[in-house]
Amino acid sequence: MTAFDIALWGIVPYIALTVFVVGHIWRWRVDQFGWTTHTTQLLENRWLRLGSPLFHFGLLAVIAGHVLGLLVPASWTHALGVSEAVYHALAVWGGALAGLAMMAGLALLLARRLINGRVRRTTSSMDKAMFTVLVVLVVLGMVQTVGVNLLGGGYDYRETVAVWFRGIFYLQPDASLMVGAPLAYQLHALVAWIFIGMWPFTRLVHAWSVPIAYLWRPYLVYRKRSGTPAGARR
Amino acid sequence: MRPMAQVAMVMNLDKCIGCHTCSVTCKQTWTNRDGTEYVWFNNVETKPGIGYPKGYEDQRHWRGGWVLDRRGRLKLRSGGRVKRLLSLFANPTLPSIDDYYEPITYDYDTLINAPAGPYTPTIRPKSALTGNDTAITWGANWEDDLGGAAENAGGDVNIAAMPAEAAERVRFSFEQTFMFHLPRICEHCLNPACVAACPSGAMYKREEDGIVLVDQDRCRGWRMCVSACPYKKVYLNHHTGKAEKCTFCFPRIESGQPTVCAETCVGRLRYIGLVLYDADAVEAAASVTDPGQLLEAQRGIFLDPEDPAVIHAARAADIPEDWIAAAQRSPVYQLAVRDRVALPLHPEYRTLPMVWYIPPLSPVLDAVSDAEGDNTDPDQVFHAIRDLRIPVEYLASLFTNGDAEVVAGVLMKLSAMRGYMRARTLDGSVANELLDATGMTADEMERLYRLLAIAPYEERYVIPAAHHEDGARLAGLDTGCSLDRPGGPGMSGALEAAGKGPVDLPMPIPPPARSGGRR
Ligand code: HEM
Ligand code: SF4
Ligand code: SF4
Repeated sequence: MTAFDIALWGIVPYIALTVFVVGHIWRWRVDQFGWTTHTTQLLENRWLRLGSPLFHFGLLAVIAGHVLGLLVPASWTHALGVSEAVYHALAVWGGALAGLAMMAGLALLLARRLINGRVRRTTSSMDKAMFTVLVVLVVLGMVQTVGVNLLGGGYDYRETVAVWFRGIFYLQPDASLMVGAPLAYQLHALVAWIFIGMWPFTRLVHAWSVPIAYLWRPYLVYRKRSGTPAGARR
Repeated sequence: MRPMAQVAMVMNLDKCIGCHTCSVTCKQTWTNRDGTEYVWFNNVETKPGIGYPKGYEDQRHWRGGWVLDRRGRLKLRSGGRVKRLLSLFANPTLPSIDDYYEPITYDYDTLINAPAGPYTPTIRPKSALTGNDTAITWGANWEDDLGGAAENAGGDVNIAAMPAEAAERVRFSFEQTFMFHLPRICEHCLNPACVAACPSGAMYKREEDGIVLVDQDRCRGWRMCVSACPYKKVYLNHHTGKAEKCTFCFPRIESGQPTVCAETCVGRLRYIGLVLYDADAVEAAASVTDPGQLLEAQRGIFLDPEDPAVIHAARAADIPEDWIAAAQRSPVYQLAVRDRVALPLHPEYRTLPMVWYIPPLSPVLDAVSDAEGDNTDPDQVFHAIRDLRIPVEYLASLFTNGDAEVVAGVLMKLSAMRGYMRARTLDGSVANELLDATGMTADEMERLYRLLAIAPYEERYVIPAAHHEDGARLAGLDTGCSLDRPGGPGMSGALEAAGKGPVDLPMPIPPPARSGGRR
């Protein structure tokens, strides 16, 4: 294990996470006005109606998969009586399906962004950077799931990548666990850190504003002119 | 009883000449920015016609406003809370820019830079969205004075709502039937569907004056308000990715001045005043089951500002003394409740709109003179109102959910007023039969005449200024609000430059007591 490996798997994650946290705090404080999905549905409707739900629902499943695969240790699923074979089938097929939906959605979203002049004109340089990294990230993810696990020989990331990932949060990342991982896994992880570092500076911040409170909020909102919310009524 | 104050408007449609001054001055004030090229907080439509955006009144298609569910409870027509969150990723009922129109500009450079030659250079329209050449095929007032009506106006849902035979006759001969202008702004509803649909809670109704606003800092671009508003009066700024809407020119209202559209109205047909209403009665009024009762229920939630019990409750609710006084002199209350000549636009949307309209008599008068009749003779006009179902039925589908009797009653009152004043002016006689027909006293008749025909500035606009005890707080917070930044409708950028401090409004605040006699 070289110093480079340690920097890659032991330092890069912390840089990314710091930028992620500090970046969000900064953006939240100075740029409420820019904090939006930056919807383009007004400009192009047909492709978005298909692409955006496909992408987002696929993405939510993929995120759930990551939580299951990376944060839940193998011993827990064993303890619950989920056998390795069942887990593997679920992870690979479920992951492949979710990943495919997300990729198809992303392809539609990208296509409309490139082909439709109205949408293309609204694309900022931050959008361009974000979409590039996102596409690379998603493709690498699919190479792992479909290429390595479904079609290739398979790789038990739960004993290596996942342990390393959890180690980051215990402040004890074991870089050696990543050194032996297949190249696709290494690249996916690295690009993911770049993506996470970019997050606060892109439109992706909209993900933190999912308006769950809408489910129980009163329909009508009243506010005093002074700007202090008087509490919703009715 | 929980009294609240609402700034409201009445427009007297007979006087609208369709000049679009209101639209233009509003646009110059609020929406002459990137991302709002296609946005008209105030627009003027020609009726019959499909309007702006195209066919916005067709709620079976756009699913705006409220309906009653099977148990008789109010729900947004576009669905409940869970459904809304599930459709965040793509809003199923969002209009596309083509439903408004593709905004354009011209390549003016060619005029300046074209080389000398035998022909005058011409400029081409360019899409303001893509910069490419474009053909102009629609606009916010494409249907002006029934332009293209033969082709499009058949799609007007108000015609479809008329009795079949009448609808058929309108479709056959638009040009001969009738025509009038309908200026529209946000209705600042008492039961605003836009507010209810905003998942972020960024849209709100101000407690003091009922103005409905979008908090630009809290809007996250979920674009649910745009589709939920049945009047399509919330717009997406495609440059900032946030929703924007008519602000009722709140900085002007706060300083006791009328909105820009009203101030500049050439026909002087707009009235602005306060109404007091019972906030506890809003939900019941919006959810009456009998559609025939909608109008009366909506009128019923206004409180009589002369009633001692109301005054008492208003004081208890911290409504200032001068506001109560203003509500007593309110032209809106006068026209909507006391004289009952103003009607809400599409009460069946159940949002309880607060811009009401005096339906136009002119289509009927035109019909009388077209038939070689004398349209100054109230008898002939009365008969025309009764016999000529077309304009009346059409107005009814706009203003009373189809109740032609109510519209006929208003038109008769207007016609009686004309006849009464004509007799008074010509030979000083008092037409008692017209007073009897309308159940009005001579004083009431003359007051209505004064308000509608003379329409002095001070009586058209009775707007109490916001309380200046709060002045510093107001200047620091809301008036220098999130709208006031680059890309925001306020656009001065002062907030950004000055960090977060108070912002001076670029508008003189007049002394509290009006000098009077203006205009
Ligand atoms: C559950 C939470 C989320 C919700 C409710 C949500 C909702 C939305 C909405 C409404 C849009 C705008 C679509 C339009 O143009 O009208 C959007 C765009 C987008 N979202 Fe999300 N989002 C969520 C989470 C995420 C996450 C976690 C990511 C990425 C990691 C993401 C990536 C994107 C991207 C890339 C776009 C741009 C699509 C385009 O315009 O081409 N979203 N999202
Ligand atoms: S008319 Fe105005 S207040 Fe009423 S629902 Fe539409 S945007 Fe909201
Ligand atoms: S300025 Fe007045 S008269 Fe002219 S279109 Fe507007 S409302 Fe009608």
